[in-house]
Amino acid sequence: MDANASANQALNLGKGDTPLLELVGVTKAFPSIVANNDVSLSVFSGEIHAVLGENGAGKSTLMKLIYGVLAPDSGQIRWQGQDVAIGAPAQARSLGIGMVFQHFSLLESLTVAENISLTMPGETPRGLEERIAEIGGRFGLPIDPRALVHSLSVGQRQRVEIVRCLLQRPRLLIMDEPTSVLPPTGIPALFETIRRLASDGCAILFISHKLEEIRALCQRATVMRGGRVIATVRPAEETNETLARLMIGRDIPTAARRPPRPATTPALQLRNLDYQPADPFGTTLKNIDLTVRPGEIVGIAGVSGNGQRELAAVLSGEATLPRAMRDSLSIAGARCGDWGADKRRRLGLAFVPEERNGRGAVPEMSLTKNSLLTAHRFGMVRRGMIAFAQVRAYAEACIKDMDVRCSGPGAEARSLSGGNLQKFIIGREIGLKPKVLIVSQPTWGVDVGAAATIRRRIIELRDSGTAVLAISDELEELLEIADRIHVIFRGRLSPSLVREEADGALIGGYMTGGFVGGHDARTAVTA
Amino acid sequence: MTRTPWTIEPRLGGAGRSVLIAPVAAMSVTVLIGAAITSSLGVSPLRALYFLYIAPFSTLFNFGEVLLKTAPLLLIAQALAIGFRAKIWNVGGEGQLILGAIGGSLLPIFFNDSDSMLMLPGMIALGMTCGMLWAAIAAWLRVRFNANEILVTLMLNSIALQLLYYLVSGPLRDSTGYNFPQSVQFPDSAMLPLLITGTRLNASLLVGLAATAFAWFFVERSMIGYKLEVGGAAPNAARYAGFSETHAVWLSLLIGGAAAGLAGVFEVAGPLGQLQRVVSPGYGFAAIIVAFLGGLNPLGILFAAVFVAVIFVGGDISQTSAGVPYAVNTILQGVLLVSYIAARLFVDYRVRLRAPLRFERAQLQWRH
Amino acid sequence: METLTFVLSGTVIAATPLLIAALGELAAEKSGVLNLSIEGMMSLGAVAAFIVVKNTGDYWLGVFIGGVAAMLLAALFAVIVLFLLGNQVASGLAVGILGGGMAALIGKPYESATVPPMPSFPIPILSHAPVIGRGLFDHVLLVYMAPAIAVLMWWIFKSTKVGLVLRATGESPETTHAIGYNVLVVRFLSVLFGGFMAGIAGAFISIASATLWSDGLIAGRGWIVVALVVFGAWRAERVALGAYLFGAATIGQLLVQSIGVEVPSQLLTSVPYIATIVAIALLSMDGKRIRLNAPVSLGRVYREAH
Repeated sequence: MDANASANQALNLGKGDTPLLELVGVTKAFPSIVANNDVSLSVFSGEIHAVLGENGAGKSTLMKLIYGVLAPDSGQIRWQGQDVAIGAPAQARSLGIGMVFQHFSLLESLTVAENISLTMPGETPRGLEERIAEIGGRFGLPIDPRALVHSLSVGQRQRVEIVRCLLQRPRLLIMDEPTSVLPPTGIPALFETIRRLASDGCAILFISHKLEEIRALCQRATVMRGGRVIATVRPAEETNETLARLMIGRDIPTAARRPPRPATTPALQLRNLDYQPADPFGTTLKNIDLTVRPGEIVGIAGVSGNGQRELAAVLSGEATLPRAMRDSLSIAGARCGDWGADKRRRLGLAFVPEERNGRGAVPEMSLTKNSLLTAHRFGMVRRGMIAFAQVRAYAEACIKDMDVRCSGPGAEARSLSGGNLQKFIIGREIGLKPKVLIVSQPTWGVDVGAAATIRRRIIELRDSGTAVLAISDELEELLEIADRIHVIFRGRLSPSLVREEADGALIGGYMTGGFVGGHDARTAVTA
Repeated sequence: MTRTPWTIEPRLGGAGRSVLIAPVAAMSVTVLIGAAITSSLGVSPLRALYFLYIAPFSTLFNFGEVLLKTAPLLLIAQALAIGFRAKIWNVGGEGQLILGAIGGSLLPIFFNDSDSMLMLPGMIALGMTCGMLWAAIAAWLRVRFNANEILVTLMLNSIALQLLYYLVSGPLRDSTGYNFPQSVQFPDSAMLPLLITGTRLNASLLVGLAATAFAWFFVERSMIGYKLEVGGAAPNAARYAGFSETHAVWLSLLIGGAAAGLAGVFEVAGPLGQLQRVVSPGYGFAAIIVAFLGGLNPLGILFAAVFVAVIFVGGDISQTSAGVPYAVNTILQGVLLVSYIAARLFVDYRVRLRAPLRFERAQLQWRH
Repeated sequence: METLTFVLSGTVIAATPLLIAALGELAAEKSGVLNLSIEGMMSLGAVAAFIVVKNTGDYWLGVFIGGVAAMLLAALFAVIVLFLLGNQVASGLAVGILGGGMAALIGKPYESATVPPMPSFPIPILSHAPVIGRGLFDHVLLVYMAPAIAVLMWWIFKSTKVGLVLRATGESPETTHAIGYNVLVVRFLSVLFGGFMAGIAGAFISIASATLWSDGLIAGRGWIVVALVVFGAWRAERVALGAYLFGAATIGQLLVQSIGVEVPSQLLTSVPYIATIVAIALLSMDGKRIRLNAPVSLGRVYREAH
């Protein structure tokens, strides 16, 4: 409260003063979209300023313009009242601008200190170790400078990014969706760090689409929609609903759902699964038991990087188990742990992976050819030859069914926006009429409208008797669609919570290993 | 950090007719550089152009030579392209061709007075098998040990050449041939029928054309071809769909080995008529260039094969008529592929200079 | 004793060009560029150096011009893969073919000519030691420089900012760009360095070890060099070890011949190629080892974001 008050004071003082950073009429266009259109914004020293908007509203592009990763097509950027052209991140840093990216710019094979030294001209990794520890202590960000980045959890990596910025003594710190990688229990500590920084006089640009957080933390908020600034408000004076309406332009649609009526025989079952991934940087899965029955949606929550990827790969058949472990996995009653993806799909498995371009779809291929990827068994191949008429019809049906915005079945997958491609892939997999559907990050980077469509279709599929497993980093999403929720932590799966008993506090505890006994729980604090 | 003064964006929605730009540009550059090099060696530019690119078409015999050389290039390039589309880099066409030539020579050497109708089919079967076995070494090492197929197939080329040297100077040498490192002459039953009298052109061209038709169906219409293509374009998508990488490796290399082996048989059963130290002027390598120049597309490869064959024949003619070193051939092949790859940028991508302000244009392109 | 001296001396002479070129390739690959045109670059370096020495008698000028000639070819390769976004495999093959052809053409008038060997630089005192003296310490300077460069590169990768930036570029050009480095420049310089080293290696062969020029002089060494980098798991010290093991294998083949064992010469000639295949297979088996050491972006086309 104290920190907030002093920051407000600083803000008021700044009112008549020049802003630290001011954007006037900034525009940035890409070949297919105008990402920022006539954007104006000002930030004062000591202010925590939110930039609010849903996926695709242009927040990330705007931050990249400020940080010099991209150059604006038109408009002015002023730093302490002076016009500046920020041609490169190094220049931004020398002005005193630091940025914590949503997707970290850390190199996995290097140590923490080595990574940090790359952005500190004239500094050696050895020489930085002490200062990393010092800054870490001052702002509550403990980190081992000699640790290799690939061994760190996502939350720890974020700390590295923040420490890296702080070592430059920034006057303005940009944080892009910083809470998206934290368990709910980790968020207060981050906010505390941010408030301490602001009370030191540093300005914070806090990018988020989470309304609750913005109302708790920020003094002012600039709301963006479709690349434009819609309003600048004081979030403390708003409600979630008013902010949401500004952000989306209408009320947030929620999917209607009926109570589940699951069958008794499991459609997907993992028994006591142990799995060591081939990837040396991957997470080992330990002792996992999981049952999904027809007609229910089971959610897997957790902070990203705790084994979600590996679990999805083991279930989909992209990674296969050794023969001796065949019985660990059964799909539709068949024990198939050592079967490949193609064979498992024949049992009625469908899968929507988290990467769309390059995994769920071939970027350079048309939607027609991308239908063939998993739907080829449905009368599309005769004597080894492809019947393109059938394939095209299937693609057209997916496009129509899911309202995919594209130029038609001949459009290349890479020409679609992330949300539209995701709709297409989900449509394609649902079209297979699967017995089991596994969806990984169903609405990542998808705008609110498309996300609602996707969630509705997943629930409809459940009601038609499919067993659905949804893996997501967004807890809110799972709370909306799932009938039961497990939490994954360091490759272990928590007991399942039915919808009614799954509250934020309990799940938050699970996300930091609260369900694991003994040694693991004690070390869990660092996650 | 400075920005490049241009931006490069993928060209969406297929390149359409502009795919032709790259090969045409590459060929033009090659023609010009060919004339430039040759004339720098003391041949007048016009004469150089004539020898290199006109003479191959000037007589029936020369044109027959062009088509004769087109056949192995076509055959091998079609097969290699199937692998290249799957990003399986079989650069061992030369070695597989040599093995095919060796395998194809066994029957006519050991049954030298046979006039059996089964002679040619037997040679073809043996030669293809040998080519496939040679390629299979690389496939097995890749599948079993994850060994890089580029390096393995290249090494196998060198080993194949040594094997050939050993055989023609030892076990397969013509014992009545004054110690020359070559085998006996093949009987007529072991020779491919000629297509046009007055030329050396033989039936191998028909096989090359048939391979082109087959490759077209395989690439454009077959499910196996589709699976290979997915594996090359997006390996994770292939894994996701459950298309086996192991199959793709085996299939690509075996097809390559079979085609190159067949081309090897056609050399010994055609223009050579015996096994000798030199069974190929580098068809196995040149086929790599043909495959790329043809855009890895079966029809494109057909035209590319003819063009590279012209370089071969034009090079030969320049050598005999004007003393231009054979190395010019090699250089032109290199230039051809280099300029093709360079030109491809403008087909696959949209290259634009950075303008200081592009808002108006950007608005025109607003699509959402 | 004579034999041992011969073995040692032969090993380091065979290993030196492999090591020099492999260290250059290592730098390029560390930055994420797979350069498959080493064979052509070594040929061009060999012929350029040979011509200079033949005409001027200046060996170090020959070495330098050999390096520069190959570096120019490397610049062409770099432009194609970095700025024109050419596929690295295809571009490497293309430039390699071009380089081989150019070397053959330029060297045509010198085919089978010889030069006196580059003068050796016996190391004082050490070169008088029994056996190892003449075996290891009575060679041209480049022989001693090669391991010194290996040590230098090991140190650069391990403890300097330059090494760090190179590793970063090879792991993720996108991230390296995002934190403010010019990926294209880093890669361009690495490829140039690789070309320069390949040229010197070629020069060593034509003016110091074979002391002649003929088309096909490099005889696949350029490919063995690429294999050595895989063999050494992208670490300078292991690449060096690999180069010397390889040199020893080549000498073993001569030894077998000299003691009169009846083996077809063609089989002996094939030994390095077979050894390369076996080495690649054995060392690639452990996928984790490759994954941990290979530059992640190796061979991938990198397109600069807006």
